[in-house]
Amino acid sequence: MDDALLKIEHLRKAYGEHTVIRDLSLSVRKGEVIVIIGPSGCGKSTLLRCVNALESIQGGQILLDGEPVLKNTKDISLVRQKIGMVFQSYDLFPHKTVMENITLAPVKVQKRSKTEVQEEAAALLEKIGLLDRRNDYPRQLSGGQKQRVAIVRALCMHPEIMLLDEITAALDPEMVREVLDVVLSLARSGSTMLIVTHEMSFAKAIADRVVFMENGLIVEESYEPEEFFAQPSTERAKQFLQTFVYEPGEITD
Amino acid sequence: MDMEIIRQYLPLYRDALFLTLRIGWYGVFLALAIGLVCAMIIRFRIPVLRTIVKAYVGLFRNTPLLVQLFFIYFALPKIGIRLSAEFCGSLGLGLLGGAYMSETLRSGLESVAKIQEESAESLGMNRYQAFRFVIFPQAVTYSVPGILANVIFLLKETSVFSTISLMDLMFTAKDLIGMYAKTLECLTLLVIFYLIMLLPVSLLGYVLERRLRHAEFGD
Repeated sequence: MDDALLKIEHLRKAYGEHTVIRDLSLSVRKGEVIVIIGPSGCGKSTLLRCVNALESIQGGQILLDGEPVLKNTKDISLVRQKIGMVFQSYDLFPHKTVMENITLAPVKVQKRSKTEVQEEAAALLEKIGLLDRRNDYPRQLSGGQKQRVAIVRALCMHPEIMLLDEITAALDPEMVREVLDVVLSLARSGSTMLIVTHEMSFAKAIADRVVFMENGLIVEESYEPEEFFAQPSTERAKQFLQTFVYEPGEITD
Repeated sequence: MDMEIIRQYLPLYRDALFLTLRIGWYGVFLALAIGLVCAMIIRFRIPVLRTIVKAYVGLFRNTPLLVQLFFIYFALPKIGIRLSAEFCGSLGLGLLGGAYMSETLRSGLESVAKIQEESAESLGMNRYQAFRFVIFPQAVTYSVPGILANVIFLLKETSVFSTISLMDLMFTAKDLIGMYAKTLECLTLLVIFYLIMLLPVSLLGYVLERRLRHAEFGD
C-alpha cells in the first residue's frame, strides 16, 4: 500500500518487562476510518498514544507522511500538529473559555491570525450547536459538550489524521449519542480516523475497517464491518463480541 | 496609656514602616523570582542545576533567617564581600523566601493533571509552550494560597532585621523602650503597625485568590 498516510511497522511497546504491543503493523490510507476494538489491556489505547508519540517505543517505527513519529525528537511538535487527538477524560484547559481552548494552539503554535481562527472556530461550534457557549468555561459544560469542544479544538489545527481514544467511555449514556453524531459526520466528510471504542453499534456504522486486538497483537482485521460483527472468523473475537450481549446465566449460591 | 507619647512616636514608627516595607517587598519579589526559576529547573529536570537547587532549598529551609542574615552581614565581609545592611536584609529575605516559594510552586505544578500537558502537546505545543500557556497558569492558581502564606511569613520575618542594625519596626520599638521605658505604648504601636502592613496584604491575597480561582472552580 503505497498511498498510506500512516504506517505502523513492527511496533513494539513495553513497560520494563511487560510487553504491551508486540510486532504490530498497520497501514492507514487517507480518508480511511479504522475502528480498533478489543478487551481492556489489549494495548489499543497504548497504540494510539504511540501514534501521537506520547509514549516511547521499543521497536519498529511509525511513519506519518513518511516522517517518523518518535517521542523526544526535535521536530515532534511539528509532526504532532498533523495529528489530532481526543482523550477519554475531558482534557479541555480549565482556565480558558471554550473559544480560547480552541484558538490557543492555532494562534500560538501555528501563528495563524486570531480573527481567522476565531471565525473558523465559530463556524465549527455553530455546526455542533455550541456557538452560544463560546465564552463559557469548561466547568460550565456537560461531559458530552466538553468532548465535542475537544473534537473541534483538535480539528482547528487541520490535522491529517484524528485519533479518538474511548472518547465516550466516561460519558452518561444519553450524552454518548451527541458525541458520536459529530464523529460520524466527520467520517462522512472524509476525515482519516483511528478510533478506539467500546460502542459496538457505532463501530459497525462508522468503520471502513475493524481491527480486533488482543495481547498487543492484531488478531483479526476486516474490511467488512457488518460481516465481522455478525460472523467474526476467529474464536477469540467471537468470545469478545459475546460479552456485549447480556444473557443471564445460572447463579449458584 | 499616654496618648501624648503615642503622638510623639508616630512619625518614628511611620518611617520604620516605610523602611520595613521597602526591604520586605524587594525581598518578596526576589523570593518570587528565585522560586520561579528554581521550580522550572526542577520541572524540566535540568541536570546539575537541579542538584544545586535541591541543596539550596535544603540549606535555606533548614536554617533560621537570623543565622542567614548574620552570615551575610557579618561573615561575608571577612572574605571581602561587603554589602549594605538594607541590601543584606532584602537578600536574606529573598534567599529564604526563594526556597519556600520554589517548593510552593513546585507542588502547584505537580497538582496540574498529567493529561493537561499531554493534550497541550498533542495540539503541537512544545514543552515550553505547554508550560507557559497551559501548565503554569493552572499551577499559579493552585499555588496562590501557599504563595500568600509565604509573603505574609516573609514580611513578618523582617522583625529580625533589627539585629543587623536596620531601623525597622522592631528596632524602633526596642530602641524607644530602651531609652524611655514606655513599654505599653511602644508595643501597642508595634502591633498596630504590623497590622497596618499585613492586613491589606491578607485582604489583597483573598481577593486575588477568588479572582484567579473563579475561572476554574466557579464562584
